Amino acid sequence: MDFSSFLLMRHEIILLVITLLLLVAEIFIPQQKKGSIVHLAIFLFGIHTVLGFLGNVEGALFGGMFRNTPMIHFFKNVLNVGVLILLLQSADWLQEKMVKQHKGTEFFILLFSSLLGMYFMISAGDFLMFYLGLELSTLPVAALAAYETSKRISSEAGIKLILSAALASGVSLFGISMLYATSGSIYFNDIAEMITANNLTILGMILFFTGLSFKISLVPFHFWTADVYEGAPISVTSFLSVISKGAAVFILMILLFTVFKPLMHVWENMVYVIALMTMFIGNLFASRQKNMKRFLAYSSVAQAGFILLGIINGEHLGFATVIYFVLVYIFSNLAAFGVVQAISLKTGKENMDDYEGLYRTNPKLSLVMMLALFSLAGIPPVAGFFGKFFLFTAAASKGYYLLVFLAVVNVTISLYYYLLVIRAMFLRKNENAIPFFTNKLYMRLGLVLTVLGIITLGLYSPLYDYIFELSKNLM
Amino acid sequence: MDILTLFVVVPVLTVLALVFTKDLKQARTVSMLGSFVQLGMAINLVFAYFKEKEVNDSIMVFMKDLVWFEHFNIHYTVGVDGISVAMLLLTAIVVLAGVFISWKMEDLPKEFFISLLVLATGVYGFFISIDLFTMFVFFEIAVIPMYLLIGIWGSGPKEHSAMKLTLMLMGASAVLLVGILGIYFNSNADGGDLTFNILEIAKVNIPFEAQKLFFPLVFVGFAVLGALFPFHTWSPDGHASAPTAVSMLHAGVLMKLGGYGVFRIAMFLLPEGALFWGDFFLVLAAIGVVYGAFAAIRQTDLKYINAYASVSHLGLVLFALLMLNKTAWSGAIIQSLSHGFLTAMFFALIGMIYGRTHTRDINKLGGLMKILPFIGAIYVITGMAYLGLPGFSGFVAEMNIFVGGFQHPDMFHRVLTVLAVSSIVVTAVYILRLVGKIMMGPLETNNVENLPKATWYEKTGILLLLIPVIAIGVAPLWLSDMIMDSIQPFIQGVIK
Repeated sequence: MDFSSFLLMRHEIILLVITLLLLVAEIFIPQQKKGSIVHLAIFLFGIHTVLGFLGNVEGALFGGMFRNTPMIHFFKNVLNVGVLILLLQSADWLQEKMVKQHKGTEFFILLFSSLLGMYFMISAGDFLMFYLGLELSTLPVAALAAYETSKRISSEAGIKLILSAALASGVSLFGISMLYATSGSIYFNDIAEMITANNLTILGMILFFTGLSFKISLVPFHFWTADVYEGAPISVTSFLSVISKGAAVFILMILLFTVFKPLMHVWENMVYVIALMTMFIGNLFASRQKNMKRFLAYSSVAQAGFILLGIINGEHLGFATVIYFVLVYIFSNLAAFGVVQAISLKTGKENMDDYEGLYRTNPKLSLVMMLALFSLAGIPPVAGFFGKFFLFTAAASKGYYLLVFLAVVNVTISLYYYLLVIRAMFLRKNENAIPFFTNKLYMRLGLVLTVLGIITLGLYSPLYDYIFELSKNLM
Repeated sequence: MDILTLFVVVPVLTVLALVFTKDLKQARTVSMLGSFVQLGMAINLVFAYFKEKEVNDSIMVFMKDLVWFEHFNIHYTVGVDGISVAMLLLTAIVVLAGVFISWKMEDLPKEFFISLLVLATGVYGFFISIDLFTMFVFFEIAVIPMYLLIGIWGSGPKEHSAMKLTLMLMGASAVLLVGILGIYFNSNADGGDLTFNILEIAKVNIPFEAQKLFFPLVFVGFAVLGALFPFHTWSPDGHASAPTAVSMLHAGVLMKLGGYGVFRIAMFLLPEGALFWGDFFLVLAAIGVVYGAFAAIRQTDLKYINAYASVSHLGLVLFALLMLNKTAWSGAIIQSLSHGFLTAMFFALIGMIYGRTHTRDINKLGGLMKILPFIGAIYVITGMAYLGLPGFSGFVAEMNIFVGGFQHPDMFHRVLTVLAVSSIVVTAVYILRLVGKIMMGPLETNNVENLPKATWYEKTGILLLLIPVIAIGVAPLWLSDMIMDSIQPFIQGVIK
């Protein structure tokens, strides 16, 4: 037997093993020690993350259904790092709240299953594998969104997510069947060779695009976002907003840039309009939010609009800038969600007004939040600035100056509402400010990692150059 | 490490040191030491520059080039000419004076000085950069601390002013970004590589269509910071709400980034665009000059008077730059410097008066000269210099600007110049009235006995600013030597 094929799927296999191990541990660890499963899961996933960085492999399996390229491999590592930080940030919440309700292990099993689905989705070489991955990544998240069963709003979020996701994947599937009808194949490579700009193909592409747009929450497919983000536990919200979104962007981009390349004259118009709508609507809605989770939900809708500016480039420059931006975005958004998580866990407060005067009581948390928001807004010298600048460069290199202009108008609008949070934390004085508290080790580690990422990713240029090199081989 | 990079490294180190300070005493000492080192470096740079210029005849000296993002051809490139050296000196002096003026900053002192020095870092970095990307990064670093500085330590409607200022300036920088990308993607018009390096781009003939499109974006992007009418509205509100040292730094240094960027980027890289759009913006600048002066007359708040005076005087800088000739340009640079020192002095004095009388309303002030002789005397001197009295820096600057304006033979430029000259008269009106009312008039304040005299740190701060004002006024030649040589390569493209 050839073991190299195992090596090719090592992300998937290790993660599956970890998931099963946790299942076994759930059975054998006595009830009063269930809290230790959190340590075990984080430890195992940490090892998994480190192992991912050891060496790149390239190749295809199952007759081209599954493939791995250095770019895909790198992106799986990016997702791993994101999930690891997320686990660190949610450890306290799990130990303090969830383990007592006898629900520690399921969280990890569901989360890892979803991540496994994303691995398969971005490694897909045909539409079947893609669809399986999509479903596997979506269904567990719906269960996760409804995880806090004691809260009505959480169950509501689960239902909303599963309904929208089912509709989206149905629409996607419809599109895929049309593509199959016109090209006679479900393999990406075959379709790429045979695709022509006839109406049925274009309709298939649009439907397929629509399905993924739900996952990325592009306007007008964003309606589920705010409610689900608000209702779901914060850990799940950050998973949805960074990991799930990142993976969907990745596979969408691969398909647009390879399979649908001959239809670029069609989809670039589509992307143009959707980018504008997503940025404007996301930003304008975000500026009116009072709840931090809803606020970050709309902000993440707007950020998805910026991502489209890289996609519209259609070449490896666009690919590299988007991957870089997603990486930066993962760190920035996780930092913001981490602070919201920490405060919500200690005080149960989630509104922007509650943050007033936070700097004078909790200066470190406020600074983390400020860095995260500056990074999201694109203020130098933190990483978000470089991410946005490169996205704009990608769009401008194709001559989309008007689009870039409207995007920078949006950057200014977004700066307004990010400053609102900073105003609450730094400018306002409050007698009843959230009192000083300290975080546990995991949370601290989770926040420190994000801050390191936010500060270094931008200034350390070899990282971008590395991503750029990888993106050349994709096509 | 090269002599220029130190200008960014030293303030960054100062900020890092400030993080570990515990109270006001430590914070102000560290900031003062850091700023002293910086001033020493700036003075040293002036001498080093003259020495270097004798052997090195390139446009920029002390060049240093490091590759940053290879695939975009983004470099960290620094270099200075006479103009940037002068600007660096201005910045170093104003920052140090600002630290002295904030000697008694009680509320969150550490954070205050950190924000102040981050702002300074951005300004230093901006003046030494000759790579568009690096320059833009420093530009934004200089702007964003203003939000906290005004929002936390300001007075009056500070949240509103801070938000307005930040959004307008960041909006301007966003417009600028589009312009920069436009320049970047046209920098291979002659077949070379895409580049952000200013000196490289200047050699390229960017197509006229692109210049026409991108000049207004770049120009407006910078000119908003230089308070171009009608985009000046952030400035009076921002100044009025800002704490003293921030007003000083803001009007004294930050607003100078606007004029500097206009000639360094907009006019240097897009000369045909400048010729095409020049007259249109010239009208706006002239309106700003006159409007600012008249608006200043109507104000009763000391800070608002000065803020509108700044709109007028900085409008003069843009006005002179748009005249597109060498005399006017040298006037513009000297005006930038002179205004930088003078307005910083004004704001420092206003801060001292306000700190003692707790009002900035000129109707409630009077006869201060009798009770606060030092502050009063300096106030009169500053006012005289501000309205362009010979012997001070303001005169040299304005003389050059108007002579330069009149060198144009056509009616359009001459009429506008005459209009702009009229602002001098208006300036004289509001300055003299102000001095007459609050310094010379009858005593208005009730508790006259208790007003404390100027302290040593206030005097130090003021004298730091006063010395260069007199130096430029009495012996302007060393400065114009430094500036004139440096203007030549930049103006070549736009001379008709």
